Amino acid sequence: MAVKLQIDHLTKRYWLERESTQVLALNDVSLGVNDGEFLAIVGPSGCGKTSLMNIVAGLLPYEEGTVSIDGKQVHGPGTDRAVVFQHSSLLPWRTITGNVRYGMEMQKRFDETTMQQRAEHFLKLVGLTGFERHFPGELSGGMQQRVNLARALAADPVVLLMDEPFAALDSQTREFMQSELLKIWSKAKKTVLFITHQINEAVYLADRVAVMSSRPGRLKAIFDIPFSRPRTLALKRDPKFLEIEDKIWQLIEEESDRMGMVVEV
Amino acid sequence: MTGRPHQSFYQRYEGAILGGGSIVLLLGLWEAAWQAKMISPLFFSGPSAIAKQAVYAWTQGNLKGDLLYSGTNFTLGFIGAAIAGVVIGILVGWYRRLRMLADPLLNALYATPRVAMIPLILMWFGIGMWSKVFIVFISAFFPVLVNTVGGMRAIDRDLLRAARAFCASDWQIFKTVAIPGSVPFILTGLRQGVALGLIGVVVGEMFGGSQGVGFMVAYGGQTFATDTLFVGVFIIAAAGIVLTWLAERLERRFSQWRPER
Ligand SMILES: Nc1ncnc2c1ncn2[C@@H]1O[C@H](COP(=O)(O)OP(=O)(O)O)[C@@H](O)[C@H]1O
Ligand SMILES: [Mg+2]
Repeated sequence: MAVKLQIDHLTKRYWLERESTQVLALNDVSLGVNDGEFLAIVGPSGCGKTSLMNIVAGLLPYEEGTVSIDGKQVHGPGTDRAVVFQHSSLLPWRTITGNVRYGMEMQKRFDETTMQQRAEHFLKLVGLTGFERHFPGELSGGMQQRVNLARALAADPVVLLMDEPFAALDSQTREFMQSELLKIWSKAKKTVLFITHQINEAVYLADRVAVMSSRPGRLKAIFDIPFSRPRTLALKRDPKFLEIEDKIWQLIEEESDRMGMVVEV
Repeated sequence: MTGRPHQSFYQRYEGAILGGGSIVLLLGLWEAAWQAKMISPLFFSGPSAIAKQAVYAWTQGNLKGDLLYSGTNFTLGFIGAAIAGVVIGILVGWYRRLRMLADPLLNALYATPRVAMIPLILMWFGIGMWSKVFIVFISAFFPVLVNTVGGMRAIDRDLLRAARAFCASDWQIFKTVAIPGSVPFILTGLRQGVALGLIGVVVGEMFGGSQGVGFMVAYGGQTFATDTLFVGVFIIAAAGIVLTWLAERLERRFSQWRPER
């Protein structure tokens, strides 16, 4: 299988000017995401997940290591990536259609007719047909995240990046959105890098789960998730599922014990 | 809030009824005291006398002319201030270097009470209408400017990040994020500008000239024409209430556009 996104020996330091010290946010992280794969990264808060995501998205500079897509090194944002952020970050002055078009309009890759067609297509895919003329403020948190997802997919990226997109939702909506995401993903056929601090979310969604440890953030282990697709939410009660979840949990906990930290998962 | 069907008329309009009631009551007490001759007509007046004077000034006197004069001065000055404040505010807010150049100057001007500049403005523009227009302009300009600059600087960081992630250019960010995001701030500036501009036109007409509602109040005071003075005061108060109310409504409509963080 071809590797789409390759991260090699990536290290990220933040300089704290006031204390003239540095924080090692990512330490020598190497990871490959295959074509069409759904890869999830789990780790406790502060382990560098968002930093990693922002670097891959081209929003954060990095000094050591490389990030490349299809063998080409990444510098700055590009049309080959699209991000679904934790905060839906929709423009309140644009309609839902206007928001779904936003990424395409910025990137200027499609003509007007195509943009409109794609906007309608992806709104339908995320189940929001009928809301075209609404404004983001009129939608629930879950619906806003669907718009966020439609906006990213409509831009036709090679790799879809998602940074804790469901973290702000209540647990019922979150579970529903997880199963919706799998349906959408099975149709959109994108390579996905999904970041979460919820082990159970990662195991349910992903083909492989990469576990990160904190301070400094490094990659601890990668788990293959063997469940066939399509997956239903009932899978979360499967003994095999719970076993994998528990293994990952122990890995993170042992780490935090060593660091004298409390994990919030 | 939409009224529930079983809400009584009173419940639905409680605020308006109580608020209106208190005004009616006050006017009633005032009129009663006036009729009972408890109030000196030299230093104060009564509602009926003021109303009579208003009708007289409208039909026989120059009230229409005064209103038109003040209204024109206010409108011209305010529109000028709105345009200049928004345009300069956007430029100063967007270009960091321009802001560094302009900040000390604007702060100094902003901190100077505008009344202190009125004699100077009269020297420059004479006692005709253009000195009033300019006083309104200078009064309304600063709140519009300061709020617009603030709005341009308060770009929502999440939106900025999303725009960047979709490869937006600076110009695209300017058009699609910065400008719309500063609309609620601009409206706040306009609301403050309306209030200050109104003060400006009244004070300007008091200082020099022989026309307008401000002149009417000042002249009424000097000649102990207390009724006339009160007509002017009520007109100014009413204009202030109506214009501020309109500006607030507009502001509320766009409050959702405010950045979240
Ligand atoms: N802009 C920044 N400046 C300094 N330190 C930062 C900055 N952003 C993140 N960090 C630090 O880097 C570490 C990783 O942060 P982050 O990538 O946000 O982790 P996560 O998303 O897993 O919670 C944390 O210790 C955090 O305090
Ligand atoms: Mg994070």
